[in-house]
Amino acid sequence: MKMSGADIVLESLKRLGVDVVFGYPGGVVLPLYDRLPAHPEVRHILVRHEQGGGHMAEGYAKASGRLGVALATSGPGATNLVTAIQDAMMDSLPTLFITGNVARNLLGKDGFQEADITGITMPAVKHNYLVMRAEDIAYTFAEGAYIATTGRPGPVHIDIPKDVFIDEAEFVWPEKVSIRGYKPATTGHPGQVKKAAEIIDAAERPIIIGGHGVVLGNAHEELRRFAEKTGIPVLNTLLGLGSIPRDHVLSYGMLGMHGSYEANHAASNADVIIGIGNRMDDRALGRFADFNPTAKLIHIDVDPAEHNKNVTAHVPIVGDVKLVLPQLIEAVRQNSHVDWLHWIDDLRQAHGHSMAIPSGPELSVQYIVRRISEMSPDATVVTGVGQHQMWAAQHMKFTRPHQLVTSGGLGTMGFEVPAALGAQVARPGETVWAICGDGGFQMTLQELATMVDARTPVKMAIMNNGYLGMVRQWQELFYQDNYVSVAMTQPDFLKLADAYGIHAIRVTEKEQVDEAIREAEGHAGPVIVDFQVQAEGNVWPMVPAGAALKETVEAPRDASEVRS
Amino acid sequence: MKHTVVALVEDRPGVLNRVASLFRRRGFNIDSLAVGTTEEQGISRMTIVVDGGDGIVEQVEKQLYKLIDVVKVSDLTKEEAVIRELVLVKVRCNRDQRRDVLDLVDIFRAQAVDVSPNSMIIQSVADEDRNDALIENLRPFGIRELTRTGRVAMVRGAKTTAVHETESGELQRFHSESGRLPEGELPFVSD
Repeated sequence: MKMSGADIVLESLKRLGVDVVFGYPGGVVLPLYDRLPAHPEVRHILVRHEQGGGHMAEGYAKASGRLGVALATSGPGATNLVTAIQDAMMDSLPTLFITGNVARNLLGKDGFQEADITGITMPAVKHNYLVMRAEDIAYTFAEGAYIATTGRPGPVHIDIPKDVFIDEAEFVWPEKVSIRGYKPATTGHPGQVKKAAEIIDAAERPIIIGGHGVVLGNAHEELRRFAEKTGIPVLNTLLGLGSIPRDHVLSYGMLGMHGSYEANHAASNADVIIGIGNRMDDRALGRFADFNPTAKLIHIDVDPAEHNKNVTAHVPIVGDVKLVLPQLIEAVRQNSHVDWLHWIDDLRQAHGHSMAIPSGPELSVQYIVRRISEMSPDATVVTGVGQHQMWAAQHMKFTRPHQLVTSGGLGTMGFEVPAALGAQVARPGETVWAICGDGGFQMTLQELATMVDARTPVKMAIMNNGYLGMVRQWQELFYQDNYVSVAMTQPDFLKLADAYGIHAIRVTEKEQVDEAIREAEGHAGPVIVDFQVQAEGNVWPMVPAGAALKETVEAPRDASEVRS
Repeated sequence: MKHTVVALVEDRPGVLNRVASLFRRRGFNIDSLAVGTTEEQGISRMTIVVDGGDGIVEQVEKQLYKLIDVVKVSDLTKEEAVIRELVLVKVRCNRDQRRDVLDLVDIFRAQAVDVSPNSMIIQSVADEDRNDALIENLRPFGIRELTRTGRVAMVRGAKTTAVHETESGELQRFHSESGRLPEGELPFVSD
């Protein structure tokens, strides 16, 4: 049956199981918007800025593991998506970005709202397309979604000129997709698995680094079984949090720039390191040259380009972690490392003050995020970027994969509000908390209106310290207290909420925290909680930029602080 | 060390841009890059000379493989290979100097492909070292213009670096033609 390009786009989305698109209309995508009412299975959420739409698609993808889709018009609409596209690239999120472009005979003529958006997104996507014929649309969507969701997931961008939406073609949905230049890895090489197993069996002080790949690959059960059979403690990267329940006896939390003292020293003193679905990032490993140069490194990743990129792996294993881990579980012997675990536990005891929740009367972010985590252990948590993000990573006890939605690689401030909306759409009826910085909140707060429209009851906790906290911390520690452009006069967030018709609560005292959390969760719609927290708290411990993990700097000792 | 990397890529719009952009973004140094068609319809062959250690070239190969349009990557540096580059040199030379230039052309097994009263175009097909030597010897006469194609290479013997997976007609059409402007007049669509 012949149909318009616009109908083919929407029909293709339905075939892909896409039930929601975060979009913003404009001239060249009008033919597509014109056909939206004819396809009620695809819900369109009108955003207030395309960047927000992009982050919503990311939040949706991250919270659900399903394909997130954002839509924008040509020119400025398309360029506004770029931050979200690069963010999805850095964090390997299965996302599809659709843009319109000027009609084919105007391409390259610098017409109104033309941008070479495929040229712009090229280095920021897993793959992109400029579709020049209506008959190519269906195959492009099938292939694009296949690329976005398989192997190491990532953003795919499809650009469609206006007249291609209008042209008619037969709708032919491909039964299978075949790309000779794209064959995602599956099982690990048996020889490499055997080599790895021998090293693991002989290890005395092994650690596992569980990365985002475990979450993306849905391999959390396999990770737990592997850790339990070998008795090896599991550290997580920021994005790997939730790949093992934080209260599991072998879970030792996050390593890296703001990882715990014991996690960083365990990584630095291990004799065998097993990286699983992590990309050996500088924020997790510190200075590469001094990241435990004597340990034997086993590195499992579906993307072979991650092997030997930053650090040399003794045994690289290319494969899907969900398939490689069972191979490894089969190959290794049952084991335990009691002395090694005690060594780490002793460090934890001795250096607990470094990551303590302030025990005084002050209202601290650490205390607030811990209380949210304790009172709402299953809630999906979305964060912005900065101190509050690190405190959430340190003090919230994630119990399941896809629970933490955060911008790890790109570190995009303003991610939290739209991403939380996307996460809420992916998980209707569940609690979604957005832990917001007062700076980042103001970068994308126009999406509050989208929240009201879309009826997404996100609970937004603004950690309001009147500062760009992480930047202030760096200026304090590395620029001799020279505070430059970090203090911010904030609006009255309660009045702001009122303007959007959103319920809001102000918290100034520690004693009010529990009640505010309960009230927020009890309210049917979105809620803003303005937590007026202490102004100059620092995130500890800290590995200064360019330092090694073993050079982790601890918090100044203060007898009043105890580790909870 | 210089490595000769051969990438077989889908012949579609933007693929050269993708490869060039990758080299720029990752800071890999390209000495030369030559592109052309192959025995397989829809597949282009890029011969890229990369300057860097083994670690760099391993990353180059892996990063190239991540591009969806790149079908196969081979490092011919470790192989016995025929390596050639075409050079055209326009050299200053009057009637009296012509014999001297032609002697050099003979020695380097090059060819004179154009002659005018005051200049000559010399063509040489050889590896870069021999071409470098030819150019140095021609320099005293005065080089007015010089162009080099960059290296192309092929493994000696029966072994090939060809693509083994051929695609069906419809898929081939999609992979090689999509993204190109269709032929014929397009309807005018106002915005």
